[in-house]
Order: sequence, then C-alpha cells, then structure tokens
Amino acid sequence: MIRFTLLRFLQLIPVFLGATLLVYFLVFATPGNPIAALSGGKPMSPAVEAALTAQYNLDKPFWMQYLLYLKNLLSFDLGETFSGQPVSDVIGRAFPVTARLAIMALVFEAFFGIIFGVIAGLRKGKLFDSTVLIASLIVIAVPTFVLGFILQFVVGVKLAWAKPTVSPGAPWSDLILPALVLGLVSLAYVIRLTRTSVIENKNADYVRTATAKGLSRRRVVVVHIVRNSMIPVVTFLGADLGSLMGGAIVTEGIFNVPGVGNLLYLSILKGETPTVVAVVSVLVLVFVLANLVVDLLYAWLDPRIRYA
Amino acid sequence: MSTFDADRPLLEIKDLAITFNTPEGPVYAVRNAHLSIMPGETVAIVGESGSGKSTTALSAIGLLPGNGKVTGGQIIFDGEDITNVSDKRIIELRGNSIGMVPQDPMSNLNPVWKIGFQVKETLKANGLAGDNAKERVAEVLAEAGLPNAATRANQYPHEFSGGMRQRALIAIGLACRPRLLIADEPTSALDVTVQQQILDHLERLTTELGTAVLLITHDLGLAAERAEKVVVMYKGQVVESGPALEILRNPKHPYTQRLVASAPSLASKRLQTHSLNEAVEANAVEKPVHSKAGDDVLEIKNLTKVFKLRKSLGKSIDFTAVDDVTFSVKRGTTTAIVGESGSGKSTVAQMVLNLLKPTAGTISFDGMVMNEQPESELFKFRRRVQPIFQDPYGSLDPMYSIYRTIEEPLRIHGMGDSKSRQNRVKELLSHVSMPSSTMYRFPNELSGGQRQRIAIARALALQPEVIICDEAVSALDVLVQAQILNLLNELQKNLGLTYLFITHDLAVVRQIADDVCVMQHGKIVEHSSTDEVFNNPQQEYTRNLLGAIPGATLLI
Repeated sequence: MIRFTLLRFLQLIPVFLGATLLVYFLVFATPGNPIAALSGGKPMSPAVEAALTAQYNLDKPFWMQYLLYLKNLLSFDLGETFSGQPVSDVIGRAFPVTARLAIMALVFEAFFGIIFGVIAGLRKGKLFDSTVLIASLIVIAVPTFVLGFILQFVVGVKLAWAKPTVSPGAPWSDLILPALVLGLVSLAYVIRLTRTSVIENKNADYVRTATAKGLSRRRVVVVHIVRNSMIPVVTFLGADLGSLMGGAIVTEGIFNVPGVGNLLYLSILKGETPTVVAVVSVLVLVFVLANLVVDLLYAWLDPRIRYA
Repeated sequence: MSTFDADRPLLEIKDLAITFNTPEGPVYAVRNAHLSIMPGETVAIVGESGSGKSTTALSAIGLLPGNGKVTGGQIIFDGEDITNVSDKRIIELRGNSIGMVPQDPMSNLNPVWKIGFQVKETLKANGLAGDNAKERVAEVLAEAGLPNAATRANQYPHEFSGGMRQRALIAIGLACRPRLLIADEPTSALDVTVQQQILDHLERLTTELGTAVLLITHDLGLAAERAEKVVVMYKGQVVESGPALEILRNPKHPYTQRLVASAPSLASKRLQTHSLNEAVEANAVEKPVHSKAGDDVLEIKNLTKVFKLRKSLGKSIDFTAVDDVTFSVKRGTTTAIVGESGSGKSTVAQMVLNLLKPTAGTISFDGMVMNEQPESELFKFRRRVQPIFQDPYGSLDPMYSIYRTIEEPLRIHGMGDSKSRQNRVKELLSHVSMPSSTMYRFPNELSGGQRQRIAIARALALQPEVIICDEAVSALDVLVQAQILNLLNELQKNLGLTYLFITHDLAVVRQIADDVCVMQHGKIVEHSSTDEVFNNPQQEYTRNLLGAIPGATLLI
C-alpha cells in the first residue's frame, strides 16, 4: 500500500509536466500580443516594448520560455499578473473560497445523495423511489445556470432566506446557496448510483446469510448492504471533488463568488499566461490528488483490491 | 426458551403453501408440503431445482424472497406456530434456534469483511459475544475444521478456498448452537473429495451438539447416505417421504424412480455402447481423407505448463500446473480426465484447445503438431476441435440471440449463405432437442440445461471431430445432467464424435468415458480403461476419489 502510494506520487511528476507544457503551449499559441494587451493597446516606445519583452522572456524561443517558467516554479515563483501582483497571492486568495464551496457542495451531495439513494433502493418501485427518480431526472436535465438563477431569485430575492450574491471574503454562510446549486446535479447522480448499487446488493446471497445469522434489519442494511454499496459511490464522489473545484465557473459567475473559476475566466479573457498556466496547474494537481485518494479509498472499501 | 421434549417434533411443516407474486401472475411454488424433524434427527429434502425444496426450507427461517409468501398451512418450531410470526420473534429465533448453511460458499460471505468479523457479529447478534469474543470466534472456526483458526479469522473471504469458505459458513451456522440447522446444498459447489470431508465434519459436529439438520440436496445418493429420513419434492409437492434406504430401494412415485435411476452416484454403467457408424463416416462433409476410426486423433506428449506466480517486488516463483502429461485419444471414443480442482485438468484442456501455450511438449491433432502451427492453420484447427464449457450462464453472450450464438461460428468460418446458415441452425437445434423457435430467444430466457444444449449446438455447428467438454455437466441438476450425458452419447454415436471430457466427478466418468486419466498435482497418476479404474484402482488417490462419491457405500 505504501509502495503503491509512493508510485502514484511519482506518477504525478510526468502528469504535471505534461499538463503544464500543454497549457503553456496553448496560451503561447493564442493569437495576440500580450505586451500590447499589457499596455491596454496604447502605443509604446520600442525601447520599453523591448525591455518588457525581455522581462517576460517573450524574446526567447518557446522551449526556453517553458523551461524558465519551470525553473521559477521550483522556487515557488509563479510569476506576476499584468497588474504586478504575484500570481501565488491571487491564487492564494481565490483558492480557499473555491475549496470551501466545493467541500460544502460535496458534503451536501454525499449526505443527502446517500440517504435518499439508500431509501429509494430499499423501497424500489414504491412512491418514494419514483418521486426521487423523477426529481433527480429533472435536476440532471435542467442546466446549472437555469437552476442557479431560479434558486437565486426565489431563495435569495423573493424569500430573502439567503444573500443572492456572495460578499467579498466569501464567508461560509454566504456560500450555502451557491454550494447547493453546485452540488445539485451531482446529488442527482449520487442518488441514482447509490440506488442502483443498493438494489444490486440487497438481493446478494451474503445479505440473506447475514439475515439468517439473526442480525437486526438495521444492522443488515448498514453493515452489509450500505457498506458494500458505497464502493462505486465513493469513487464517484472523489472524482467529483476535482470537477467541483474546476467546474464552478458558471455557479461562481451567477453568485459572484471570488473563486478559482472566476479568476480563470477573467485571466483567459485578458490573456495572462502566467495566471492561466498557474491556475490550470493547480487544478490538474487537485484532480490527480483526488484520483489518488479515490484509488486509496477503493482499496480500503474493497479488500479484494490490492495494489502490487 | 421452551422445554426440551424428545417426543415432540422440533420442526413440523403442515399443508404448507407458498406463492410467489410475479409480473406474469402468481406462481404456486409449494403446495401441501408436509415434513417433520425430531430433535437431533437429519432429514433430507431431495428434488431438482425449481421443485420448491429450498423455498420450503427457507420459509422455516423467514427468508423467502420479497415476492414470496406463505399462503396456507403451518410451520411449527418447537411447539410454537411461526407461520406468520412477527419480524422481532423470527430475528430472535434465527442464529441461536435455527441456523443456516447456504449453498454457494463463493457468494455467501460478504467480501468486504474479515471472516472473524462475520463470525463475531453472529455471536453478538445472539448475545453470545462476551469479553472473550475473539477466542470464541477462533473456537467455532476451529470446530468447523479450519486450520490456524485464530490467524485465518483475520483474513478476507477472497483469501479462502471454496472448501475453507464453506467451513467458515458452517462455523457461522453453528456458532450460536441452534437446535435446527438448515443446510441448503451445502457442498454442491465443491469438489467431491472436499464435499465428503465437509459433510463428514458437519455430521460429526451436529451429532456431538445434538443439532437437528434439514439437508437440502438434489442428489438422492447423498441424501440417503447422510439422512435418516428423505422427503422427495417434485413441482412444489412432496411426492414421497420415509426412511432413506426404504425410498432408495423401493421408490413408489414415478418421479422418485426416475431420480433413483439417474442419480449419478448410483449409476454403474457406461450409458450405452457405441460404434462408429460407417454411414455417418461416409456422409460426413469435408472429412480429411486419412482419418479413419480407431486412429489416435489427439496425441499429447510430455505436455508441461509452468506458471510464474508473482511474489512481491518483481520476484516470481514457478508453479508447475501440468507436469509431463502424455496420453492419446482414439477417434470416436471418450477419454475423461479426472481430478480435484487444482490438479491441472482444465489447464490441459485449455492447451489442447490452443487457448494457452504449453511451456513444453506437443499436442498433435490428426498427426499435426498443433502448438507449432501458424495462425492460419490454427483457424482450421479450431473448426475441427470445439469446446463446451462448464458454466452455461457464462459461456453464452447474454446480448446475442440463440440464433446469433449458433450462427456466429458458421459466419466466422464463412460457411454457406444466410439462408443455408439458418437451415443449419434449425438442424442443430433439433440435434439438441430444442424447438427451432428457440432461435429468437435470449440466453436469460432459458434454463441451465437448455443453455447447455445451446452451447452444445454451437460446438456442433462446425461439424467438429473432437469436442473438449470442460466440466460440461457439473453445473447442472442430476436429471438434467443425465439428459445432457445421454444427448452427448447419442451425438457421439450418430456423428462419430470424439470427446475429451474434463470432470471432477467420477460418477459422471462412469457414464460417459471409455478411458480415464486420473490427474493429481499436474501429473497423470493413473491411466486405463474406465472399467479398470473403477473395478481395480491402482492408486490410493483414485481410491479416495472413488470413495468420495456420495452413496457409493450403499449400493443396492
């Protein structure tokens, strides 16, 4: 297990290098002159332009630029934004907000998704099951920006139960509504996944054997049905944490959350190579780590899986 | 706790009726079933699958599937009517009054919990796990015949062999000292020799503890050997019941008579003698010129297979699965390879089929060394040598209609056009006694026996000369098994087929084979004619295998 974890960490290196190289190249290949963008399109003396080009290493070939970027990265220097702030500071401010948002969404979808899914699975074909199935289908079918605006309008504006937008600093309480919106679609998937898994497991032979041992219904359900049904669900949740972190652009836009999604969107518009590359690299890291955690959890949930 | 009363039956089932509600309407699974078990007595319910034997037994412990219901009659346990008892009461009874040992050891242990945990929760649920629960767990496991019980309790089910798992399940079933144990085909998924050990152990243990046993089995020989009383069920009804030997020697109901006649453990003869039909030989399409009856169609010389087993950190150890095996198969005859699981017999089959590369040695088919031929030759070879596998559930593609299943080999080998292929599929279906309407159906609509017939039809599609049957009847009920064996014999007579028959069941060998190779630890330890092996076994190992056939000792 330790060896497997170490190996997976080593695998992080090529994945990370590949991802940064790809993103760096994509931004490099984007049309437009970043120096002109920097000056806001105003004319600039050739001397200043040459100096700035040299300062950002733009006069060097692509490979040089990328290697220099990596060199700086090793000393934790992610470069500067065009406004002169260190990229690491900008990410440092946005990242905790998105992390909070993603974790709240994850807890929400895991908690309610598993509970509803288990009940629906145990009562397959009954009223509760049908209701949950239809509701989850609607949630999956309706795009996030529609759901987001409806909830923002009804809960935030009409009922005024929560603030319609997030205040600067993004305290936990302001993030509840965006987290609900963000987690809603995944909630529907978790419910359906749990339900299917429970239905599959509840008729397993070992469940009948557990019942024959004289265990209470509750124990049979929790220890033998739910425990075994969690394997695919946990896998989904782990992978979903990655998407929640990176895929919050729409939700962050609707609720004006100063998170990673917003930051990434604005820097792509401005063509800020260092910021885009840094944000994407961090997201890649989050994805890869989330997948590692899933693999480890998988082995823990299912002892038949062992890593050699 | 009620008082012990030796004169009162421990379990009495009167006029029991059980109905399943299915989308197609109610299915009356059990009707007017009667049986009674005295304290400490062993009673066997015998019948084929679908006869209602398991349903009857499971109703006594309240474990009918969700759509099943007791619709009439009474179940009385130790004087208490438990027919429609509350959930609370039945949970109290389960485990410490009525225990269960289920059928399939592979699926009846929860794969994610340690064995010890699964035993301990049984003790706990019945209030028997005191401070020394851990020692108690080891004790009951050891009692069920598990070596190193304390250590093994810390392992997961997948680290156990089938026999070991069944021992763990027996430990669980008996952990709380129930007065009645329901054993639902406790050994039908296991090798004969393991089966015998487990049943011996179970018998000893239940006798010591004074536990009454309700044994469910499809094998009349096994029932007669293990139980004092036998109840025969057929289509949901009890057709006959009485003392075991009485039923075996003097079956009254026609179904019981058929059951006695087809019990593999009791059959004693090769099904029928066969001779290669000259007419068939003449009619056969595209038979190689040089093939004639009696020549060695398969010749296996010094066949060896070594597997590398991975140990940690790139180290590997060699495991010799098949060790210097030499034998040959005469055209138009059946040679059986017998042995326990792990003896290497299936590995031999796979190498003969060219699905696995031998480490050393040669396989000659019709004079050609097959394992050294190029792909194109192998393609032709596959047409002439076809397999039938053990599990008819796994060997048919669930997404393929029966027509597509049987037609596929014809299409791959470019035989005929779609019209002639359709006729051929119909013809093949009639060969295996299935109506031609079957071709529009899917495997899940067929029973296990019917699926095996389809697998046989598929194997016959290319008019092969040799069929390799890898445990082809082991997954089937006795009666179905007898039908399939008859069918294979019939086909051999009519088509001049050669069989290489891999099985762990010597009783089956006696019915189908002309020659027998007995394998142990990858080596052939005995090789001679079937009669010779049965009447005059040379090896200790062969004698053990023969002795392990249930019912072998009570020949009538």
